[in-house]
Amino acid sequence: MSEETKYDGHFAVEGGNFRNAGQVSSRIKNILKDLGCDSDMVRRAAIVTYEAEINIVSYARKGLIHLRAKPDSVRIEISDEGPGIADIELAMQEGYSTASPIVREMGFGAGMGLANMKRFSDNFSITSRVNEGTQVVMQIDQVH
Amino acid sequence: MTLREVKEILDADIIVGEDQLDKEVQTAFSADLMSDVLAFATAGSLLLTGVTNPQVVRTSEILDIAAIIMVRGKRPSQETAQLALELRIPILSTKYILFETSGRLHARGIVGCIVKVGDRSDVRRDKV
Repeated sequence: MSEETKYDGHFAVEGGNFRNAGQVSSRIKNILKDLGCDSDMVRRAAIVTYEAEINIVSYARKGLIHLRAKPDSVRIEISDEGPGIADIELAMQEGYSTASPIVREMGFGAGMGLANMKRFSDNFSITSRVNEGTQVVMQIDQVH
Repeated sequence: MTLREVKEILDADIIVGEDQLDKEVQTAFSADLMSDVLAFATAGSLLLTGVTNPQVVRTSEILDIAAIIMVRGKRPSQETAQLALELRIPILSTKYILFETSGRLHARGIVGCIVKVGDRSDVRRDKV
C-alpha cells in the first residue's frame, strides 16, 4: 500500500513573473494538505517548492514542477529552461548569489535558496547545463 | 497572548485581520530575509519584518505564520494587503523599530520560535 501514488501532477511556472511567485507552491501545499499528508512533510515540501519556484521566476524563462505524492513520501522534480548553473558546488554554498536587485527586494537572493532546498529534503540532487537549464529532484519522507 | 494584546503593546494599526484579534500567539521570528524566515520560522509564530511586498504574505502562507507585524512604520502595498485578505493572514503595522518591537514582545512573554540556529529539532527530525 505504501507504494500507492496519491497524486501525480505537473505545474508550469513562468520566468520573470514576480507577481505570481509562490502561487504554485501554495497550490501544492493545499493539495498535500487535502490528501491528508503528515503536517511536517507538507511543511517541508511547501518550503522547498517555494524556494524552487522563486528560483525559476528569478532566473529561468520557464519551468515545470512535477509533484508526486505517496502515502509516506513526496517527490518534487523541478526542470527549467534558462541560463543553467556553471559551477553547482559554488551555487550550493550559502551566501553565494547572482540575484538581481528585484529578487533581493522581495527578500530573496541572499544565496540561501538551494541550501534551504537541500536542508529540508531527505534526498536532493541537482544537474545543470549552461544555456539550457537546471533540474532538481527532491524527496521528502514522512518521519515515523 | 492574543493578537489584541500584541496590538496594544506595539501601539500598532491593524491593516488586515480585524476579525482575528482573538488569535493566540506565543512565539515570534524577526527577519527581512525571506529565505531565513523559510529556514527558521515555525508555524503559528508572529513574523516581525520590514518587508512589505506580496512575498512576505506568500512566505507566511507557506509556513502558517499567525500574523505579520510590519515594523519601522512600514505598511503593506495594496497588492500585499489584498493577498493577505484573501489568505486570511493578519497584518499589523507598528512604528517601533525591529529591535524595540522584538524587545517589547519578549518582555511580555513572547519567545523566539527558536533560540539559536541549530536548536531546532524539527527541520529534519530523523536526522537529529
